[in-house]
Amino acid sequence: MSSDANARTPLGVKIPAIAGLLFLHLPLALIFLYAFTTEEKSFQFPPPGFTLDWFHVAWSGRPDIWPPLYLSLKVAAIATGLALIFGTLAAAALSRAKFFGRETISLLFILPIALPGIITGISLRSAFDIMGIDFSVWTIVLGHATFCIVVVFNNAVARFRRLPGNLIEASMDLGADGFQTFRHVVLPQIGSALLAGGMLAFALSFDEVIVTTFTSGQQSTLPIWMLGELIRPRQRPVTNVVAVFVILVTLLPILAAYYLTRDGEHTSGSSK
Amino acid sequence: MSAILASKRHGGLLTAVSDMLIARPKLFTLLLLLPPLCWIGVVYIGSLFALLLQSFYILDDFTGLIVREFTLATYAQLFETANLQIILRTVVMAVLVTLACAIIAFPIAYYAARYARGWTKALFYLAVMMPLWSSYLVKVYAWKLILAKEGILTWIAGGLHLTWLIDGLLALPVIGGPSLSFSYIGTFLVFVYIWLPFMILPIQAALERVPATYIEASADLGANPGQTFRNVILPLALPGIIAGSIFTFSLTLGDYIVPQIVGNSRLFIGQAVYTLQGTAGNIPLAAAFTVVPMLIMGVYLWTAKRMGAFDVL
Amino acid sequence: MSPAVRFQNVSRRFGAVRAVDGVTLDIAQGEFFALLGPSGSGKTTCLRLIAGFEQPDEGHIEIFGETAEGVPPYKRDVNTVFQDYALFPHMTAGENVAYGLMIKGVGRAEREAKARDALAMVKLADYGERRTAQLSGGQRQRVALARALVNNPKVLLLDEPLGALDLKLREQMQEELKVLQKDLGITFVFVTHDQGEALSMANRVAIFNNGKIVQVGAPADVYERPCSRFVADFVGSSNVLSPEFAATHGGSAAWTSLRPEKIGVHRANALVPAVHASADGVIQTIGYQGAVTRISVMTGGTRLIATVPAGSAAFKEADAVTLIWPKSAMMVMDGDA
Repeated sequence: MSSDANARTPLGVKIPAIAGLLFLHLPLALIFLYAFTTEEKSFQFPPPGFTLDWFHVAWSGRPDIWPPLYLSLKVAAIATGLALIFGTLAAAALSRAKFFGRETISLLFILPIALPGIITGISLRSAFDIMGIDFSVWTIVLGHATFCIVVVFNNAVARFRRLPGNLIEASMDLGADGFQTFRHVVLPQIGSALLAGGMLAFALSFDEVIVTTFTSGQQSTLPIWMLGELIRPRQRPVTNVVAVFVILVTLLPILAAYYLTRDGEHTSGSSK
Repeated sequence: MSAILASKRHGGLLTAVSDMLIARPKLFTLLLLLPPLCWIGVVYIGSLFALLLQSFYILDDFTGLIVREFTLATYAQLFETANLQIILRTVVMAVLVTLACAIIAFPIAYYAARYARGWTKALFYLAVMMPLWSSYLVKVYAWKLILAKEGILTWIAGGLHLTWLIDGLLALPVIGGPSLSFSYIGTFLVFVYIWLPFMILPIQAALERVPATYIEASADLGANPGQTFRNVILPLALPGIIAGSIFTFSLTLGDYIVPQIVGNSRLFIGQAVYTLQGTAGNIPLAAAFTVVPMLIMGVYLWTAKRMGAFDVL
Repeated sequence: MSPAVRFQNVSRRFGAVRAVDGVTLDIAQGEFFALLGPSGSGKTTCLRLIAGFEQPDEGHIEIFGETAEGVPPYKRDVNTVFQDYALFPHMTAGENVAYGLMIKGVGRAEREAKARDALAMVKLADYGERRTAQLSGGQRQRVALARALVNNPKVLLLDEPLGALDLKLREQMQEELKVLQKDLGITFVFVTHDQGEALSMANRVAIFNNGKIVQVGAPADVYERPCSRFVADFVGSSNVLSPEFAATHGGSAAWTSLRPEKIGVHRANALVPAVHASADGVIQTIGYQGAVTRISVMTGGTRLIATVPAGSAAFKEADAVTLIWPKSAMMVMDGDA
């Protein structure tokens, strides 16, 4: 396929493709739009007027936004930190020589993401009940870290697989013991994958609502706050402002993660 | 070349540990694996089993307490009409959502895999990733805006004089409702929208793995583009479609937020589980309900693996 | 003087496969030693046993008189040049070379100077700042060499070092490695499946087959006096004569090796000098190979290959010829394959 393939794409493919992409993105664009509307009580379209007031209100007029925001940031940071450690350990172990049960354990690490969040949530909650653990920041972190580990694990494993085994041997041959080898050779190689995995984990945790509703008790993370606003809205445009903020906070890490990992992609059926 | 170099910086605790780990590779692997395995094994799998255990208990209606004795009566309750309806409703919705996602996703994935090059390819990738990773709640919320009676869809329909179409849809039995955001149609649309990226990516991956030489060989042997598509491309894309359907199916089966926000207040499995374990305190029945999507997904995953869907993930 | 490397009945198993099977070997200090054999013969595993990436299941290994089993690679005074060079991609060439020094704690200025010297020694003096991705295959190989040598190892191991290079570059590097080894006086042990390379570079060669050493000796010895069919076949090409053929053509009744370059091709019914043997036959194919011409002749059911210098014989296919060779050129092979 030559480089001017774009010009030769049949319309029958191009139009549905672009229509589909627009379908994906227009709703998000509307969120942005509604953050500026003057109409407070409904979702009237077209918006009767435009104003920047709601940004101001969200910033200073709604004290109920800030505690959930801090909690979300705190939980995301801790969960990501834990995920980086445990996910990398698991990825390192599973990319070594074959051992008994390796396939099963790989499958095990996919489960937290493969099974619906509600199952994770209710399992953890009933486990907390049985063990008499009270809800706290740490119960939320426990839930989040579980699927964050999987995200970091996936990124790390992909990178470990591409690490030539003899780099480690070469390093040891030149006098570095295991820890020195990790620090000087392995870590620089997998660093970008860990960073990408960490960012994805952060974004996931920041946005998570399903597992969180089961593990949070009285506390609210930002998504839980938003869920409350969705069901019993106060000032609808303020919810939109917060939504815009959430989009940006999750978008930037995603872009960065993509940028960090894109040189690993290779496809046989499309490139020439 | 100078002769003797500075003496090696060896000795010390770390090196000794390194020596031991190098000499015992299996022990090393075990040490690496133990912490994460404990977490996933104990915390996650452990709670999962605790939940499953609960499904074999039953809630005593009279006392409101859970009777911790082994019984299958709770599972029997699943077969009551109301509960069966919940299950049926959810499964039918999952199937319809999966089909719609497959149909809409295919052209996008096809274009991205076979025709996009260079910057357009990167653009498509980002264009699909961005909605995938942007906030789930925000997306649901966006559709509540769109589907609202005073929202943009009604406005467009009004402008195009298609209001009768929307009213007609809403008047349909079962799937209709007072407004788009309070009807099965609305729920369906939101599900399709949210899970769409999960379907696009595996199909794209599967299509990209079809070597261009297969297409050329097909043409060389006399097939026109339509025949090539039906006989070569589509079967090879099937594992990708199945892989994507795993996500759409599984996520729909367990979701409880979308039907709550955009729906007609008939319960889906997710909502049933949520309300049961909440104020009702009926953990056994809630647990029994969660077993349904687990079983369905188990069978589905096993079938999908047989058909090669896992190679694409 | 203790040998640089000593193997005593060393074995290494992978599952049911004995990759190295009871190998006993002494490599002298200052030697350029080759481990030669086909893929899977155990030569690479032996190299890795010296380096420390594998540990023996049985037997005893000594490096310069010190016990080596149980000692991890980073505690051995041995450095390796890997087959695919294994240069660290996130470092420049200079940083790669200085790596071993950095690990030992040598100060920045000193190790940079030493790295520069090492690169100059492999004729890459100004390449210190280059990233490894910017280097050609031959340049990477030299960097890998410098990286190993800068640490002044007692033994330098080379794992199929020239395999990825094209012919011209390979021949050039063979020269340079020989000169380098002589100048430095370090023991070089290298693994190759290319018998021509082994013969031209090494002081002594060990030939491996199925995990065992079948013959050890100087290149000329191994070539002229192969001890078994396997060696005769693997080192250079050779005509393998059955006992019957050898007996009826002036030799003993045993499997015999006859090198093609020892056979002269003459017109039919040529005169056979004393202490020479002969065979009459018909030319099957003639292969022009530049410096030599390879002539395949069918004689009484046996196919013999003769290589003659270019331009020395004017024959064509289907000609009737007489092959003449000295009886002393027939080597009885007493070892098993």
